[in-house]
Amino acid sequence: MSVRARARLRAEPDGRGGSALPVLESDGPLALRRTRSPRPAYARVTVVGAMSAPLNGDHLAVEAQVADGARLTVDAAAATVALPGPRADADPSTYTVDLTVGEGAVLHWLPEQLVSASGSRLHQITRVRLAPTARLLLREEQILGRHDEPTGALTTRLTVHRAGRPLLDQQLAYGPGAPGGWDGPAVLAGHRAVGQLLLADPAFEEGPPPSRLLGPTAALTPLAGPAVLVTAVAPDARLLRGLLDDATRELLDGLKEDHP
Amino acid sequence: MSRAALLVLADGRFPAGGHAHSGGAEPAVAEGRVHDADSLADFCRGRLHTAGLTAAALAAAAAHGLDPLALDAAADARTPSPALRATARRLGRQMMRAARATWPSPELDALAAARPRGAHQPVVLGLTARSAGLGPEDAAHCAAYETVSGPATAVVRLLSLDPYHATAVLARLAPETDRVAQAAAEAARRGIDALPAASAPLLDITAEAHAAWPVRLFAS
Amino acid sequence: MHLGHTHDGPAAVSADATRPDGTRRALRIGLGGPVGSGKTATVAALCRELRDRLSIAVVTNDIYTREDADFLLNNAVLPPERIQAVETGACPHTAIRDDISANLEAVEDLEDAVGPLDLILVESGGDNLTATFSKGLVDAQIFVIDVAGGDDIPRKGGPGVTTADLLVVNKTDLAPYVGSDLERMALDAEKQRGGLPVAFTSLTSAEGVGPVADWVRARLAAWTA
Repeated sequence: MSVRARARLRAEPDGRGGSALPVLESDGPLALRRTRSPRPAYARVTVVGAMSAPLNGDHLAVEAQVADGARLTVDAAAATVALPGPRADADPSTYTVDLTVGEGAVLHWLPEQLVSASGSRLHQITRVRLAPTARLLLREEQILGRHDEPTGALTTRLTVHRAGRPLLDQQLAYGPGAPGGWDGPAVLAGHRAVGQLLLADPAFEEGPPPSRLLGPTAALTPLAGPAVLVTAVAPDARLLRGLLDDATRELLDGLKEDHP
Repeated sequence: MSRAALLVLADGRFPAGGHAHSGGAEPAVAEGRVHDADSLADFCRGRLHTAGLTAAALAAAAAHGLDPLALDAAADARTPSPALRATARRLGRQMMRAARATWPSPELDALAAARPRGAHQPVVLGLTARSAGLGPEDAAHCAAYETVSGPATAVVRLLSLDPYHATAVLARLAPETDRVAQAAAEAARRGIDALPAASAPLLDITAEAHAAWPVRLFAS
Repeated sequence: MHLGHTHDGPAAVSADATRPDGTRRALRIGLGGPVGSGKTATVAALCRELRDRLSIAVVTNDIYTREDADFLLNNAVLPPERIQAVETGACPHTAIRDDISANLEAVEDLEDAVGPLDLILVESGGDNLTATFSKGLVDAQIFVIDVAGGDDIPRKGGPGVTTADLLVVNKTDLAPYVGSDLERMALDAEKQRGGLPVAFTSLTSAEGVGPVADWVRARLAAWTA
């Protein structure tokens, strides 16, 4: 029996300098919990995986809105593991994330890794709409296979629009059934952990940080719009996270005022 | 459509600047990831299905008549590496010069005026195909083929690879190149929101590294 | 399409004599020749000789990125914004003859950035005796050989030696040491070139580039006439 679940949340300014969560709806395996935020102006929501998901055939969706002026951090209690499930003939699972960030609002979207277990098939779609003065810190990590197993089939698409214009559009496809060469010298060259860290901030209109290598397999690059993207590949999840954490710290240090 | 016009546009000697670029092959060779015909084939295949598909779809969309400035913005969003954006615009400007000398058209003039420093090369390539009376699938074929022929030619120079082996790599990739071009043209018919955005993390990362090399043989 | 128009319109397609705004563009002279014959030294000497009277810029075509450009920069013959390096993908003769698009962009960018210019020198990366410049890129070309490369080069000919608008035989000061016969070189060159001019230079002294500079001045006078 495949699962169809849609979790929703919405953050609004609470009128006292913080953010409230008038909408916080868990659904099926997607359990949302309000947790204590170390950043006073932010509401914080932690996604708690109530059961193993997604299995092939499941359709999961999360919809988060950050209203004008609100601040929200979303993180997760554990990695998401895409699994094959009991039915060999099941369709691929889908995991759709829709994020909307309003004027002057801030969203830190920092889930744990997405692990593509052997035999699983998952399409992940993340769509973000940013108002012109919205700020976004978004991290995605794809781990290809659990320890010492071949990867499942994973496609991801990350589409970010700012003020109605495309800011970033990226599609990745790995594993069995993916187009040829995905593990070859142009794409992954054997690396099993892939990550993106996006920081969009109107402060970058004045000049984003210059392009910089963060080691031999990671680069921080200013996008054509006011945002920077860290693209990294690494041998495993731990090394990847280390790279992205360092980059996050450094980027947020440069923008302390905007992400208090 | 004129099949001969397609040959003119796809000819490696079409004077649009491609000869100075390795399509990411130079850093891949330096890292030892490309070292022979087999690894070249693997490199080209990965590039074809990522950067190649994305470029082919942009080219097909421009040939189809979609707004080239909207496509240029779509290309920006699909190119996170500033080094690769600069390369794409430089090559777009060079392609534009060749296009206006070979198949002049008001649409080319208008894009050249709107983007005097160059629009993304696949967009210019698609508009060039349109000016030459070619269709979206022709443009997609040109773009897809270019993404693999460039590295293959470069690797012949970088590794002194046997040119017959390099050309055989391209020949063996031909059926896949056809499929990529067809998929790109189909996506282009569905409109700008349907265009693929396939990307290759290592191509993006190594392009930034390569752009900072003090000494290199190829511009990208 | 919703395309705005810029005031200066699209760039020129090829070697049009006027710029998009209708003004006459700079004279473009190409310098080619074998490795080590003294192309870059000739360019440097020409810049020193002419820069007080003329507005000059240089485009280099290096085999490896920026080597020649860096030589010119380090010798401070021109301010850095007047020197631009074209990357040639290991094939400098392709960039000056078969696919000149990157070089055309470089000369146009220089005119836009530091113009108006009187003269742009386009230097080829050291190549072989067959490298010549496209007429779509330059108005005239100089081929630089040297006496140390062998006094039989003029006799052997080749497109550079036979068709260049000016043949420069450089390093004449070395002739006695390498056993090259300057008279024979002059005779052979005359035979091969059907009356096109030849200049013998030695760049060890400041005035050594004089004959080349005179020739450039004459070309420039004809260009602006």
